[in-house]
Amino acid sequence: MNRHAIWAIYRFEMARTGRTLLQSIAAPVISTSLYFIVFGAAIGARMEQIDGVSYGAFLVPGLIMLAVLTESISNASFGIYMPRYSGTIYEVLSAPVSFVEIVIGYVGAAATKSVILGSIMLLTARLFVDFTILHPFWMAGFLVLTSVTFSLFGFIIGIWAQGFERLQIVPTMIVTPLAFLGGSFYSITMLPPFWQQVTLFNPVVYLVSGFRWSFYGSADVAVAISFGMTCLFLLACLLVVWAIFRTGYRLWP
Amino acid sequence: MNPADAIIQIEGVGKTYASGFQALQALDLSIRRGEIFALLGPNGAGKTTLIGIVCGLVKPTSGRVLADGHDIRKDYRRAREKIGLVPQELTTDVFESVWATVRFSRGLFGKAPDDAHLERVLRALSLWDKRDSKIATLSGGMKRRVLIAKALAHEPEILFLDEPTAGVDVELRREMWALVRGLREQGVTVILTTHYIEEAEEMADRIGVIDRGELVLVEDKAVLMQRLGQRQLTLFLQRPVAALPPELAEYRLDLAADGSRIVYRFDGKDDPGTIPGLLRRLLASGIDVRDLQTRQSSLEEIFVGLVGARR
Ligand SMILES: Nc1ncnc2c1ncn2[C@@H]1O[C@H](COP(=O)(O)OP(=O)(O)O)[C@@H](O)[C@H]1O
Ligand SMILES: [Mg+2]
Repeated sequence: MNRHAIWAIYRFEMARTGRTLLQSIAAPVISTSLYFIVFGAAIGARMEQIDGVSYGAFLVPGLIMLAVLTESISNASFGIYMPRYSGTIYEVLSAPVSFVEIVIGYVGAAATKSVILGSIMLLTARLFVDFTILHPFWMAGFLVLTSVTFSLFGFIIGIWAQGFERLQIVPTMIVTPLAFLGGSFYSITMLPPFWQQVTLFNPVVYLVSGFRWSFYGSADVAVAISFGMTCLFLLACLLVVWAIFRTGYRLWP
Repeated sequence: MNPADAIIQIEGVGKTYASGFQALQALDLSIRRGEIFALLGPNGAGKTTLIGIVCGLVKPTSGRVLADGHDIRKDYRRAREKIGLVPQELTTDVFESVWATVRFSRGLFGKAPDDAHLERVLRALSLWDKRDSKIATLSGGMKRRVLIAKALAHEPEILFLDEPTAGVDVELRREMWALVRGLREQGVTVILTTHYIEEAEEMADRIGVIDRGELVLVEDKAVLMQRLGQRQLTLFLQRPVAALPPELAEYRLDLAADGSRIVYRFDGKDDPGTIPGLLRRLLASGIDVRDLQTRQSSLEEIFVGLVGARR
């Protein structure tokens, strides 16, 4: 293991985050606070409780997942796309590092950032609504697992993208709709039966449901299934990353 | 070359890009430990491709490369630790400081932090005063130095410089030459590509000429200059002559149209003793020489001759 290399990449990426603190941490925190004010406080006051949880509190896990998901993807994809675009990636590709070390460095940094973001949002949410966390370890576990999985997914997008437009297309055209329709704002049991079935093809449902379970002990999908599906998606991403480095896709002419 | 003397062995390396373009044809080349090797060739000859293969940036289609005995693909960690690369393009992390970027490079290549070494590198490149500057604020020449500092951060034994002085002013070019010589004194092997022939002539111990993906020749610089270099002696006469005396016919002489100059062309293979003999014969024929001038063809002329002949 080239520990020094992992640390160098990790530090480099974290320093980049440090320079863009406003954009990468402050912006999602502000937008989430707005959600809380609008949906949680203003509209939520007129909403019924869901599974015995006030609507404002119900929103907390969903909104955090939403932000963690999108930020993981945009962070990790940008982190690897930028050096490809500017050409500085030559150094990483000519260094005595294995692909595992490269991935740990880049994806580890992006995931760290997401976990930090999620934690800050959790604290911010506390200012607006009252909520409990029944299973804090599971909560932390789901947070880390989601951050890692979607940072890996972002890493793949960052290698696949051939322009800034493509870099944005997957997050905005696919991930955001899936996240909004994944039960962040409602319980899928509120949907008609047909749409409940369709929704089960949306991976975000499992993330949000599992995460919400760790807060309030009730969920749309059994927690074991949520956990299993998230792990499956993580494995799929790992497999794709392995294949990328195996074949040299878009990295080695 | 004895394989033990070779720090880099390139064996049958060929590259055909996905586009179908064949950039390198099965190429063999050995680089001697501790030498400065100049790879000379026109644009598109395949220099960057070859360097890319040795450094792990381009996948070869065929052949293999050993760096200090380690296969660059199978044993890439040990091979790459020994290699530093200064790329042709000025690609830098513009938002980083100089100090952060050289620290990054050292770590990336698996070396424990060593601030003293990095300080020496930055000082040698006149970058020490700029260590806290953002790279974006530096001039092009300074950025080039930063790339060299990054490549030297992990104390490589082999340094590749891909067109290090393209677009660099004369002063910086001279500094860079001095730096490269200093590195050689420390035992670093330097491989540089250039299309400034002056640079190869000034710096290199050996020269390889590459053209259209083929290594046309590899030779010690001195031998190359001697073997292929044309030399020319011009004699300025005291009084113009109408024609050359017949007894000088054995020399290949040319008389200028106005009769004021005689030009004698010869090459490295000719016996140097012919010149004193020629001068004596001229005097004996009553031709007085007022002044003389000699000129040796530059590597540039050799190069143009070589590559031009293949067109
Ligand atoms: N990624 C690539 N795909 C296709 N052709 C390439 C690629 N990179 C370089 N080439 C071609 O290979 C040839 C050699 O390029 P290069 O090695 O950069 O030459 P040099 O460095 O000697 O100027 C050029 O004709 C160039 O257009
Ligand atoms: Mg080139």
